[in-house]
Amino acid sequence: MTQDLRYSALKKTPFHSRTSMASRTNKYYNWNGYTVPTEYSTTELEYTAARNGTSVMDLTPMGKYEITGDHAHRFVDYLVTRDLSEMKDNTVAYIIWCNEDGKVIDDGTIFKFSSTKFMLCCAVKIYNWLNDSAYGFDVSISDVTDTIAALAIQGPTSCSTLKKFGATDLEKLKPFEMREYKIDGFDILISRTGFTGDLGYELWTDPKNAETTWDNIEIAGKELKLRPFGMHALEMTRIEAGFIQTNTDFMAAEDSLRPTRMRSPYEIGMGWLVHLNKNSYFVGKKALKKEKEENTTERCLVGLDIDGDKPAHGSVIYNSKKEDIGIVTAALWSPIMKKNIALASLKRPYGIKIKENIFAEIYHPEELEYRKIWARCKVVKRQFFNPERRNKVPADLYE
Amino acid sequence: MPKNTHDVIVVGAGHNGLTAASYMAKAGLDVVVLEKNDWIGGAAVSRELYPGWKYSNCSYVCSLLRPEIMRDLELYKYGLQIIPYEGSATMMKNGDYYTHYHDHDMTINSIRRHSHKDAEAYERYSRDVLRQCKIIKPLLKMTPPDLTSFKPKDLFGALEFAKHFAAKDELDGLGEKEIYDTIRFYTMSIRDYLEEYFESEITKAHLAGSAIIGTALGPCSPGSAYVLLHHYMGEVDGSVGSWGYARGGMGSITQAMMGCLKDHGGEVKPSSEVTNVITKNGKAIGVATQNGDEYYAKKIVSNLDVKRTFLKITEEKDLPDDFVRSVKNFKIRGSSGKLNIALDALPDFPCIPEGDPGGGGDMHFTETIEEMEGAYDDWKRGEWSRNPYVDMCIPSKSDPTMAEPGKHYMSVFIQYVPFNLANGGWNEERKQEFGRHIVDCISEFSPNFKDLINHYEVRTPLELENEVGLTEGNIFQGELTMDQLMFNRPVPGYAQYRTPLKNMYICSSSTHPGGGVMGAPGANAAREVLLDMNVPQKGNYY
Repeated sequence: MTQDLRYSALKKTPFHSRTSMASRTNKYYNWNGYTVPTEYSTTELEYTAARNGTSVMDLTPMGKYEITGDHAHRFVDYLVTRDLSEMKDNTVAYIIWCNEDGKVIDDGTIFKFSSTKFMLCCAVKIYNWLNDSAYGFDVSISDVTDTIAALAIQGPTSCSTLKKFGATDLEKLKPFEMREYKIDGFDILISRTGFTGDLGYELWTDPKNAETTWDNIEIAGKELKLRPFGMHALEMTRIEAGFIQTNTDFMAAEDSLRPTRMRSPYEIGMGWLVHLNKNSYFVGKKALKKEKEENTTERCLVGLDIDGDKPAHGSVIYNSKKEDIGIVTAALWSPIMKKNIALASLKRPYGIKIKENIFAEIYHPEELEYRKIWARCKVVKRQFFNPERRNKVPADLYE
Repeated sequence: MPKNTHDVIVVGAGHNGLTAASYMAKAGLDVVVLEKNDWIGGAAVSRELYPGWKYSNCSYVCSLLRPEIMRDLELYKYGLQIIPYEGSATMMKNGDYYTHYHDHDMTINSIRRHSHKDAEAYERYSRDVLRQCKIIKPLLKMTPPDLTSFKPKDLFGALEFAKHFAAKDELDGLGEKEIYDTIRFYTMSIRDYLEEYFESEITKAHLAGSAIIGTALGPCSPGSAYVLLHHYMGEVDGSVGSWGYARGGMGSITQAMMGCLKDHGGEVKPSSEVTNVITKNGKAIGVATQNGDEYYAKKIVSNLDVKRTFLKITEEKDLPDDFVRSVKNFKIRGSSGKLNIALDALPDFPCIPEGDPGGGGDMHFTETIEEMEGAYDDWKRGEWSRNPYVDMCIPSKSDPTMAEPGKHYMSVFIQYVPFNLANGGWNEERKQEFGRHIVDCISEFSPNFKDLINHYEVRTPLELENEVGLTEGNIFQGELTMDQLMFNRPVPGYAQYRTPLKNMYICSSSTHPGGGVMGAPGANAAREVLLDMNVPQKGNYY
């Protein structure tokens, strides 16, 4: 008899009964200790739902930390590089935070409920970092990853889907705002946030309410081209949007085995999130100020528009003298733009001052042989795809 | 020319002796290995002491054996296969358990049951320990430079050592902070080190186990953190820190090495205990054995520990006084014992859910560092630990060759057991009393354990000394502390496998990089011998 080891298996999210029903491929992966689908049926169709209709993704495994207490606002402002002193209640902010050497630990979103209650969402495990950093602040930190079920509802018809689901007046919600609803007797928080670079929302609720929510959203989106989508499709959309992924486009400072792999915000295109003129101190401020003043930034993370149609996965980037100047961190043939795009980490001045005569060496697999392609690249804005509907208020409705 | 003349004599057919011999035979030398026992293998043996059951009598798991050596000596061809194990567990008196798995995320989920903080800290901890493993890996293969010498070889060697310490190649270079961390790591106690990461007692106790196995240090002794690294720096197929069973027991390793040696024209002579090194004009020219034979060679390589090599088989008059004094001061304290048990069936361990991969590897029942330190306190008084730390595993769960189907072989390593037992020392009665005590301790976690026992072999440090030849029964052939590591191992000034006696070399675990079934001392020593003989070296290792 086979022994039942399911008790020790990777965790299932509160949506698992539904995501597994929707899966025709049974392809799962391990995200932060949870089993979640990489693909439900066909990645391309799932991707299309995110750019054409409504796509639904189980976000529960994302790290979620609640920060409460009298000093919560001050603490959050101290933790991150961005100036959050003026952050309003019921808004969300995109943030990064660094270690004391000014190297990026992770990026994420911070949700402000009130000056005494925040929620931080991110990729890496930072419970200990938060606790250590909170020394001297009157705050308490709890990991709520398990206790909040989360869905991403993204795509051009997502607002209509959620309105039908019961989110009244949702179209008026501005990007990076959030609102609490009571739907079917359960509290549901909806934020206009997402990782697809499109119109989209994220939904946060009690795990007990997960299955009902999933079912009702599915019903609401029935005529709105709704489809669940997995990690592969999300990866496509986020590259098009130019969003960075921790430990893919840069190594989290706390995870880097090799100290030389740690990156400052300026090296990963996140300089705009560093507010050196913010009144109060924040972790890494001294080091970042020094880096800025002495102009010692070594690398940059840029968008590349690459000749040809073969994605430059893992390609080494060269200058015209065939000197190694960087590496592709993420690559994609963009179905919506019909462009061969990539994110690349380059050694300055390449990517900043020198944007021409840059080449990718692409190894394209062709039935057990590799075709070596020498493709010209253009340095472009990392945000490849940014449709007007993404930030439009009121949001587009399909009624 | 006297008969029995060879290029090289290796004294002792343990894994390092056989590694050195095989490399030299592969390089074309005529090598003979002399072994005192009527079986070969030293502390890497599989013996059938009870019909139907094979025991890994001494060492019992494999991780440290350098993959380059396995590859160079084609050990797979001679029957060596390593079976990785799936996990490890610590059983708790309240019926709960703590597990580690091959999969990193499953381990984190498992730690979270005990402490949320620790589960997250494990991420940082494993990165930091892995960093240390990467730093030390290239050093294992190096002959330590003599830091007082101005020979180009030593000057370059010292630079090379420093370069590896700054991890210039392995990790693209460390910053100041990480170098400071390394220096701290080498000198800290495992308790202090773990407390910088973890809060729960059970997490710390489980992880600290690797820092005390085989050593006469306690978890609070400075230097014990390094011992943990010594147990972590191995790998199974690139998975650093993983351990596995040698299929057929640890004897398969030395049997495979012997296969390689013989295929390259080498010879092993069992029942040939070397009693003394024959010297002429201050040079070693041969050895004499117990049974009256004499062997002569250009080079003599001793695989005995440094004390046996220089205080037993070499005459003091052939050695400088200060050298002899250093050897006498070499710390080689026995601290471990072992039980090998033939079981009629798989014992129940109700704490660990049936079939949990955590029970597939090493199992323990020490719940706190304090308990561990208490076990060490008993040892200091010359007693075996009343509440010992045990590292037990059942290789037959994964290896079908150790016992008949359904029957099981269990290996129980015990920390701490003194060499010099207080109140009169070891005798047969006290040895059996010790064995019964361990069986009782295990029974507390396994109700049917005692009923399943067919036979067991009890090993105290005294047995290990008498049978295997490890002085005081120290499994590492010398304590793994900074004063006895790298250029200090075995003694300062003689860390390059050469000895004060010309043509005499040492290749045992008493030399850099130290104990464990690693083979690196043997391969490093062979390199030096070949270098001195102007014989080209071959292989991935060099």
